[in-house]
Amino acid sequence: MSAFDEDNDRRKVLKAGLALGAGLAAPSLIYTRNAWAANFRNDPTAKKTVMLGFNVPLTGAYADEGADELRAFKLAVKHLNGEGDGGMMKTFKPSKLTGKGILGKKVEYVSGDDQTKADAARASAKRMIEKDGVIMFSGGSSSATAVACQALAQEMGIVFMNGLTHSNDTTMKDRRRYGFRHFFNAYMSGQALAPILKDEFGRDRQAYHLTADYTWGWTQEESIKAATEKLGWKTVKAVRTPLGAGDFSQYLTPVLNSGADILILNHYGKDMVNSLTQAVQFGMRDKQVNGKRFEIVVPLYSRLMVQGAGEAAKGILGTANWHWTLEDEATKVFAKSFGNEYGAPPSQAAHTCYVQALLYANACEMAGTFYPPEVIKALEGFKFDGMGNGPTEYRAGDHQCFKEVLVMRGVQKPSNKFSLLEVVKVVPRSQVEYPVTMGGGELGPYKA
Amino acid sequence: MDAVVLQLLNGLDKGGAYALIALGLTLIFGTLGVVNFAHGALFMIGGFCAVTMQKLLTLSKKVKDESVTFFDSYTEVPYLRLWLGDAGERIIDYAVPLSILLAIPVMLLLGVAIERGLIRHFYRRPHADQILVTFGLAIVLQEIVKASFGANPIPTPAPAIVAGSAAVGSWIGLSDVVSYPWWRLVYFLFSLAVIGAVFAFLRFTTFGMVVRAGMRDRETVGLFGIDIERRFTIVFGIAVVVAGLAGAMYTPILSPDYHMGMEFLVLSFVVVVVGGMGSLEGAVAAGFLLGILQSFASMNEVKSLIPGIDQIIIYMVAVAILLVRPRGLMGRTGVMET
Repeated sequence: MSAFDEDNDRRKVLKAGLALGAGLAAPSLIYTRNAWAANFRNDPTAKKTVMLGFNVPLTGAYADEGADELRAFKLAVKHLNGEGDGGMMKTFKPSKLTGKGILGKKVEYVSGDDQTKADAARASAKRMIEKDGVIMFSGGSSSATAVACQALAQEMGIVFMNGLTHSNDTTMKDRRRYGFRHFFNAYMSGQALAPILKDEFGRDRQAYHLTADYTWGWTQEESIKAATEKLGWKTVKAVRTPLGAGDFSQYLTPVLNSGADILILNHYGKDMVNSLTQAVQFGMRDKQVNGKRFEIVVPLYSRLMVQGAGEAAKGILGTANWHWTLEDEATKVFAKSFGNEYGAPPSQAAHTCYVQALLYANACEMAGTFYPPEVIKALEGFKFDGMGNGPTEYRAGDHQCFKEVLVMRGVQKPSNKFSLLEVVKVVPRSQVEYPVTMGGGELGPYKA
Repeated sequence: MDAVVLQLLNGLDKGGAYALIALGLTLIFGTLGVVNFAHGALFMIGGFCAVTMQKLLTLSKKVKDESVTFFDSYTEVPYLRLWLGDAGERIIDYAVPLSILLAIPVMLLLGVAIERGLIRHFYRRPHADQILVTFGLAIVLQEIVKASFGANPIPTPAPAIVAGSAAVGSWIGLSDVVSYPWWRLVYFLFSLAVIGAVFAFLRFTTFGMVVRAGMRDRETVGLFGIDIERRFTIVFGIAVVVAGLAGAMYTPILSPDYHMGMEFLVLSFVVVVVGGMGSLEGAVAAGFLLGILQSFASMNEVKSLIPGIDQIIIYMVAVAILLVRPRGLMGRTGVMET
């Protein structure tokens, strides 16, 4: 055979191959709904079940929150599969949830311990994606883990529904197309809390910050400083403390002779329990400084922490994303459902995780597919109600939910072992809103 | 001056904990020649003796809580309160100090069991083997506690009478800014008492004299027909009791969780090395010295000069001391030098 013939034959084979390939591909491109279905990671379309991953801290400084998050996820799975009393599926609107899983597929889950550490969270999530084949993962109670998981989500093209993360960075500097946050943030805490602090403690105050030394602590300190200095408060000192320090006495003793009359604890979880308890042991709440009573403020508050801090938390002000004693129907339904299941009301960490699971499932139903770019588009700009926070919007530009924020106070005489916090004020969305460009950051592409 | 006094007090209570753990470590190393990496876990087990005592004293009857209307909730009323009223409440309030009564026998038994059942098989093995086996033991103990009590810290408050702070400043003619938590003062005094008791036991009893002699020359003491191994087993038990007591009384300062011992273990080893391997006096002196230095390094004035110094001061001092005195402050010749 001549060289020409060989060439000619090769062309024929190539042409025939291309034609055959195009022929095989055409029907699925033209006739199949969700033609992209075969082209994304962990596509559950051909399976009877869909796998979700719940990556929560079961050890470390935020283990209390993690355990409650996992309870909430399990309850959400139950409700999505049409078991139990349905919880907030009954109040959530507009909803396309059917109680028959997601897109007709029964929901299953795997869980992992993120150890409240960014590297462990990433490793656990990667395992869920690569080994367990999850189509979405959620959870976490630390902004450091949230930022790490969002980056991983973007890399791997798997949606990450943040659990409890309060750092501004999560939806500002470090926002990602594949990451969504229902929880509020430190800027919102500052804006909600400042007017109450002015009413309670006046404009002439000297504040001392003790701050957890990582992304959340830094942005909370920055936000609270900005909000309180605007009121006229002076910041005497802001000291960083290592996460999980345990004994904070060496950081508390300098507060006593610093001239400060307010201590702001930018701590959460076990750190907050320890620092607040120890501050009270140091007699800080019995002191008079600058002619005023010494006060302690905990900008981010939760019932689980108050439970741990006990007496020390009574009368202390802070903010929260949600609380089980709110009077709206959705909150009542969820608190009842969770309480009957576990014998205790849900924490705000549990609430946000439950809501995130339902929101993701609903977005899949709205998109009619599990294909992440379409699910993301369904979530972006989605407005909903009936989830315990009043009217809420997932802002498209930064994937941050905008809704009401609660200012809370530790109850002096609790009527029962769960009613440890009272709502001082429900701050409207308009007071805590900010431009989408604030803090910078880019969401990145839809297609990972 | 106020700041200096406050940091000094802070250093003393921290140093008390370091000294107690380091004392136990040194006792074990000095007698048995074993580097015990499970000592932090034993400190933690002591903390959980306090938790167990609290749980025992608050064994409760479940009563339906009518104030929770959303779901069926039950509140727990301790039997002691039901049976004894206010007297029962007072007993519960003293759970932590009462836990000493539980910690002493439990830790002694645990110590003897660990030494007889595990450690003695490693006397003639290299230090690396001893470190591995004791570290493994620490992990096992941690996981048992985690499985039994959960991963979260459990609040164990001090008795109400010492829950507040003492006006230390007014006692010594300083301003009332200088106040310090009562329980931390109690802990400092407690650590002094335990250290004093251990030293007195070793110095003024025949048993102690034999142990000291055995620490110096085990073989010669054996030639006198004394069963030195049995005595060292008891010393191991005593070292474990010291760690347990340190942990039990520390719980109002730091709510115990399964991991609390590890946080102290590394620092305590530094204390032992700085004090001098095998030197009991050195361990105690280095414990207080490093506690105080760490506290002073946390002063804002110091940190503004050298940021982050509070995190590394102990290790910097350890390096400096070992460069100048390679055997530590009071280390003996020949210890760990073969």
